[in-house]
Amino acid sequence: MSKPVIATATLAGCFGCHMSILDIDEKILDLIELVEFNKSPIDDIKNFTKKCDIGLIEGGCCNSENVHVLKDFRKNCNTLISLGECAIMGGLPACRNPIPIKECLEEAYLNGPSVKGHNESGIIPNDDEIPMMLDKVYPCHEIVKIDYFLPGCPPSAELIWNALTALITGNEMELPYEVIKFD
Amino acid sequence: MADIINFTIDGKECVAEKGTLILQAAQENDIYIPTLCNYEGVKPQGSCRICTIKTNGQFVTACTTPVADGMEIENNTEEINDLRKSIIELLFVEGNHFCPACEMSGDCELQALAYRFQMMVPRFTFQFPKREIDARNPKILMDSNRCIRCKRCIRAIKDEKERSIFAFHGRGRNIEVHIDPDLGSKLTDELAERSVTICPVGAILPREKGFRTPIGQRKFDHEPIGSEYKY
Ligand code: SF4
Ligand code: SF4
Ligand code: FES
Repeated sequence: MSKPVIATATLAGCFGCHMSILDIDEKILDLIELVEFNKSPIDDIKNFTKKCDIGLIEGGCCNSENVHVLKDFRKNCNTLISLGECAIMGGLPACRNPIPIKECLEEAYLNGPSVKGHNESGIIPNDDEIPMMLDKVYPCHEIVKIDYFLPGCPPSAELIWNALTALITGNEMELPYEVIKFD
Repeated sequence: MADIINFTIDGKECVAEKGTLILQAAQENDIYIPTLCNYEGVKPQGSCRICTIKTNGQFVTACTTPVADGMEIENNTEEINDLRKSIIELLFVEGNHFCPACEMSGDCELQALAYRFQMMVPRFTFQFPKREIDARNPKILMDSNRCIRCKRCIRAIKDEKERSIFAFHGRGRNIEVHIDPDLGSKLTDELAERSVTICPVGAILPREKGFRTPIGQRKFDHEPIGSEYKY
């Protein structure tokens, strides 16, 4: 039997969830025995080269590029998992959500204390090359269907390990009290 | 002698004094019923509905309904727990709960209930409402992003003349808890500390004392809320 294939991505996240994947310590050796990685920042494969079994998504969607990547993952992964608070509920990037996008951009480029007086032409970057910011940061499951959610900031290595092994072996997932945390 | 009555919770035989509220009667029989708006020593108001139980085919709140002789109560069932979980989920989407950056994380009753009921993601759409932080008071900080409008502060924190220091302001979904500017400015250290304790979430915070308890030593780090009860 061929090994299950895993892909991972960071959208509007801080890479902390990916750090937590690596935080399974020496079990990472077991993991590479058990699975094969495809598109992921871990192995730097940029494009899907085959259909994957499991996709792990860190971060919510704050711009058009995030939406594009997320939809690509949905298309190429049988099981898609929201990994961490940002993917699940927007996380810290979503702190901007109650504020209108226009106000956010003006604060960042025109009025904020570190830019005021330094942006004389009053330009807010708006090049076609730059992904378009969304009106707010969206949790992944508000953009595509997500199959499982692993909370935490970051999710503990144990939670990630338990989830992956349960998915791979088809056994029920172990969920001891201490592994579900939102912080 | 007081009248002793018999009733059952999830089939377990229980006894209580006549007139006891279901919540208290359950606790006396070592049975956990989750609560949020209720606070020991403060008159129950039955607003959050987390303590909902089922008896005689009806859903009622355990914190406001007295137990009756022969009552058969359903408490820890799949149906009721899912109802409770949905209330917790509603509270999460209705405010702005960024737990990773919240000083009350680990000590928060709402979060602890979400852990207990294994909320992995709310089933409702996040609202991300615009709410304000009020940092005018010298002793406490009010963050209405996290307020669940349980009214515990309003009901429990009074000055020496029994006047409430906190009050509701506005209506409907825009309702907010405000501190009375006048009474608030005279808030004693003791009352300030008590209002921080009485708030189940991180909506009332002490000033100049952030993140007081290290991770690992917080109230709900190792055991679910309600672990003090056997059932
Ligand atoms: S008040 Fe509780 S639920 Fe809300 S952000 Fe803080 S810890 Fe999380
Ligand atoms: S400030 Fe805290 S205690 Fe007061 S109503 Fe809001 S959540 Fe309840
Ligand atoms: S605890 Fe009973 S309704 Fe809130």
